[in-house]
Amino acid sequence: MERSPAAEAAEAAARRSYGKLVAFLAARTRDVAAAEDALSEAFAAALADWPRNGVPRTPEAWLLTVARRRQIDAVRSRLHAEAASEQLVLLQDLEEPDDDAGIPDERLRLLFACTHPAIDDGVRAPLMLQVVLGFDAATIASAFLVAPSAMAQRLVRAKAKIRDAGIPFEVPPRSAWAERLDAVLAAIYAAYAEGWNDAGADPARRNLAAEAIWLGRMVVELLPDEPEALGLLALMLYAQARLHARRDGAGEYIALGEQDVALWDGALIAEAEALLLRASRHGQPGRYQLEAAVQSAHSVRRHGRPPDHAAILQLYEALANLTGSPVAALNRAVATAEVHGPRAALAAIDALAGEPRLQDYQPYWAARAHVLALCGRRDEAASAYQRAIGLERDDAVRRFLQRRAERDAGPAPHP
Amino acid sequence: MEYLLLIHSETNSNAEAMPEAARTQMLGAYRAYTEAIQQSGVLKSSNRLRPAASGTVVRVRNGKTEVHNGPFIETREELGGYYLIDVPNLDAAMSWAARCPGAAYGTMEVRPIWPMGEY
Repeated sequence: MERSPAAEAAEAAARRSYGKLVAFLAARTRDVAAAEDALSEAFAAALADWPRNGVPRTPEAWLLTVARRRQIDAVRSRLHAEAASEQLVLLQDLEEPDDDAGIPDERLRLLFACTHPAIDDGVRAPLMLQVVLGFDAATIASAFLVAPSAMAQRLVRAKAKIRDAGIPFEVPPRSAWAERLDAVLAAIYAAYAEGWNDAGADPARRNLAAEAIWLGRMVVELLPDEPEALGLLALMLYAQARLHARRDGAGEYIALGEQDVALWDGALIAEAEALLLRASRHGQPGRYQLEAAVQSAHSVRRHGRPPDHAAILQLYEALANLTGSPVAALNRAVATAEVHGPRAALAAIDALAGEPRLQDYQPYWAARAHVLALCGRRDEAASAYQRAIGLERDDAVRRFLQRRAERDAGPAPHP
Repeated sequence: MEYLLLIHSETNSNAEAMPEAARTQMLGAYRAYTEAIQQSGVLKSSNRLRPAASGTVVRVRNGKTEVHNGPFIETREELGGYYLIDVPNLDAAMSWAARCPGAAYGTMEVRPIWPMGEY
């Protein structure tokens, strides 16, 4: 469909400034839902007005002025005179910006509000995607594998919580930094991981990974001296650099160690390396820097050198000690195989067998199968592969695991 | 809560019409999935259904029994099988539905069980 320049200008403004405008409108009233409603009406008004009168010189200021008028009307019609007056004062006190540069960037405050400890942590990433990037509930629901009605309800509840519980739109003080910034980064990484897991087929999800990187860049731009923010961006860029090497022409999955390094994006890797170096100068290692460093150790394959497995093992060791996460412990066990041999790795994996969070976790069973096969225990490897195959969602990864099972453990056992 | 995961797949994509290698892969994937869901402890029962064309339709109208061969309704997609599972909530049910090979070949429908005696 042919779209008019005005429609394109409105869409471009929406993409660029949605979060900024929501943040600015919501920061005073703490009513994110009302800010979104007002803003969507302003975008609709722009689509009606701009084709006739031309795109204004300062589209953001134009949208903001209209949205604020709508917000004031909504407050008047919704609240009793007394309750309304407080809100109206807040809204009318907003200075009328006369150009786009006059609108302060309060997206960081919005990010901190969306990832506040009072907000259920499962909804933080979805909430952030909606209010900062303007994703609709149905798209977010698909990405996070949640029913659309349930996702919409959770988002509505979270916004009501921000409004009613008095969650501040503020960048928290330094003392609360560690936990609060971590929540922001965790939500961005959750969005990235959802997008990355399904990079195979679904373009909406691939888009989600790119949007998470955009948020990561924004946080780095707003907080240039936070080593973990730098580390997270580096980590996402290393992973993104391998996007086109993860599948072959027929859509089959290719394991990291077998990827064609010529298909890795050298520019993204170089950018990631520079970010990681910048982060390390602060001398404050953290989860994301360590994970990014693992990626860096793998990326030397680009220069024809094998990955430094001893360094990878050390990094996973540090990561497992730092986070206490069973997934980090699993990665450490897998890295053990390359350095100390499969028997040591199997002992480490056996030690995780009672961990409930790994019971339905595909990579646990795939790693176990791989290490059992290296130990020559083919029958046990075959049944661990079966379990991994049964837990996988992606058909291409499933076929990959089936090929591995065939190669390492002979024909699958018949029940 | 109990959920029925219904596997809807295209009538012409049933196992008989597939090339040998793809069929082996799909059946292997189903076997692995069934074992994994069993070992996870959430599976109550599961069955695969023969093609809808092998079905018979029975109804009684005005005291008269009518019997027809073939599917209840001719559709592009048909019910190919089901898994009945007991999990804490819809999110868990959806996560098992997404892992079912039927999600990659056809469509999974997740239906909560309505317990007898509940209105």
